[in-house]
Amino acid sequence: MTLTAKKIALSEKYTELFYANQSKLDEDSSNLFNRMREIAFKRFEKAGIPGFKNENYKYTNLERVFGKNYRHVFEYEKVDVDLNEAFRCDVPQLDTHVVLLVNGWYYAKNQPLENLPKGVVVGSIKQIANEKPELVESYLNRQAGLSDDPMVALNTAFAQDGFFMYVPDHVVFERPVQVINIMRSEDPVFTTQRNLIVAGKNSQTKVVFCDHTMSDCEFLANNVTEVFVGDDAVVDVYTIQNQNNKANSVNSSFFKQGANSNLLTSVATLHGGLIRNNLKVEFAGEHAEANVYGISFTDKKQHVDNYTNIEHAQPNCLSNQVYKNVLDEDSVGAFTGRIHVVRDAQKTNAFQRNNNVLLTDSAQMNTKPQLIIDADDVKCSHGATIGQIDEDALFYLRARGIGEDDARMMLMNAFAHEVVQKIRIEPLRDRIDELVEKRLKGELAKCHSCDKN
Amino acid sequence: MFRQGAQNSELETTENMLTIKNLRVAVEGKEILKGINLEIKAGEVHAIMGPNGSGKSTLGNVLAGKEEYEVLDGEVIYEGEDLLERSAEDRARMGLFLGFQYPVEIPGVPMVNFIKTSVNEHRKYKGLEPLTAGEFLKLMREKKELVHLDSQLTNRSVNEGFSGGEKKKNEIFQMAMLEPKLAILDETDSGLDIDALKVVSDGVNALKDPSRSTIVITHYQRLLDYIVPDFVHVLYQGRIVKSAGKELALELEEKGYDWLKTENV
Repeated sequence: MTLTAKKIALSEKYTELFYANQSKLDEDSSNLFNRMREIAFKRFEKAGIPGFKNENYKYTNLERVFGKNYRHVFEYEKVDVDLNEAFRCDVPQLDTHVVLLVNGWYYAKNQPLENLPKGVVVGSIKQIANEKPELVESYLNRQAGLSDDPMVALNTAFAQDGFFMYVPDHVVFERPVQVINIMRSEDPVFTTQRNLIVAGKNSQTKVVFCDHTMSDCEFLANNVTEVFVGDDAVVDVYTIQNQNNKANSVNSSFFKQGANSNLLTSVATLHGGLIRNNLKVEFAGEHAEANVYGISFTDKKQHVDNYTNIEHAQPNCLSNQVYKNVLDEDSVGAFTGRIHVVRDAQKTNAFQRNNNVLLTDSAQMNTKPQLIIDADDVKCSHGATIGQIDEDALFYLRARGIGEDDARMMLMNAFAHEVVQKIRIEPLRDRIDELVEKRLKGELAKCHSCDKN
Repeated sequence: MFRQGAQNSELETTENMLTIKNLRVAVEGKEILKGINLEIKAGEVHAIMGPNGSGKSTLGNVLAGKEEYEVLDGEVIYEGEDLLERSAEDRARMGLFLGFQYPVEIPGVPMVNFIKTSVNEHRKYKGLEPLTAGEFLKLMREKKELVHLDSQLTNRSVNEGFSGGEKKKNEIFQMAMLEPKLAILDETDSGLDIDALKVVSDGVNALKDPSRSTIVITHYQRLLDYIVPDFVHVLYQGRIVKSAGKELALELEEKGYDWLKTENV
């Protein structure tokens, strides 16, 4: 088949899949979802699954993973998750509310969360869209719907369930919510998860997503998360990606920030197959601040691509981005960081940095900053480095009796630490430090519940 | 450990803490050390002086085990063992310490972790248990006082944001923590004002004992007013061209290096 023929075949495969299952998708879903499907699917069809020719997916060809055959989960599958097994991945000493999602669906046996502050709603987006549509309607797809990314449209077309959280105005929700996303199946599965977080004016909340696999098969997830940060709100969203190396995913996150709001979002990628993280922040009010961080450790044939887009649509806002990657063996990484300062978004501060360490000759890193600045009174900076372990530092440590392997580990940990230390939940920070160290020692791959690599 | 061979000549060698024989070393294909011979006994202080580019730092680095240096010929026997066969970390654990001319900043590695790992690696090598947290903190407090190292500095990352003087004090602090048998101080005086110089020298002198030896690599005589050497060697173009007692340092200060150059060309 020629490339074009292949592309058409792939596109037809999803067309067939959608129309053959549309009624099934609609059956058990909220009308808020159903009414978006067809338009979204048509948008997806226009571009299809992005291949190398799509400039935005230049470093990550999705045709390969989307071309395979998967089982699709169009209705809730009754499963039993051994909680002990799932909880092995949790964060000790971290006092959190925990909810599980299995293959993109809100786990039916999640206990109702107790002692939530007044008005806080946490649960299945499917259920809440049915029962309290007023909480969902004004937000769902209001950010994602503006995206021209076909993967986002594909999610909207197939979305049925996911995680939902609503924190009313002026509510400080101190206890973090930990969302454990589990992929479990005996055969390759394709999942579509749709998350929505709404933090009202002057509210505060923290969410930790932990992506895990509990079986050793191929997975493909196409997820979308929308986060609305109200005026003066403070929101933290952390993600730990630690799946088996055959689990592939596209994760698109959209953050919309009101005036004077403060966002911190950070992603730590430890294990996984092909991972593409899209992240967009849009400032909808002045004096808002977004801190966006990422760290990844890859080896074997892992592929991790972070693609960020900070839309400085308002004056006087601040964005900080730091992404770091440690690449071993034949792994491939990519970082594209777009900053767009619109006309009149004066006094913008936008900073971006991407630092990478290649541990082998065959590891590969692609990095592309993209600054589009249409205002004239701004401070913007970007910087990217790709290098090896600092040999002088290594010698310094060894000259003090620290063995070569330990010294390398110390240096890699130190490299990661700049990102990890930004985490505003201390036990989580310690936990990620620990995970990073285990990851570097190769011990994570032995953790039965999280990884079967 | 006991080497076979002519007993008498060996006896002389084993008395030395360090014996360097005809050491030739190249860096990036260029020969820097062209046959160094040096013997150091326990308790001695040796100063190695010489103009820029004569190979002083190369000697320090090659003894400490820096890998970019290619040993073309010769041998180095330290405490009866072939030093050049050992890794940098083993040399350190065997009691060899290099005080760096340019201590490296390592952001993200906390000083405390670094020193603790280092001390405990040394202990492990000797078959000792790691220090308890209490013992370690006590030791650190003592040694910090010895070199007047600002307490706050040990809360930072290794050398990060330290001034030139603080970095050098930090080297002596580490030396005090590790109590090496053979300390090689590579231009520890460079970039120090007179007060810092005194503090650093006091630190070195405080550690002096009959079982320890020191090699002081320096450009200027000034340090040797404080750390008094038993021997002074002049390194020039990769060779030791003159060795004498401490008076040589004064002579060099007075006449410069040129008279040695002409004498040896």
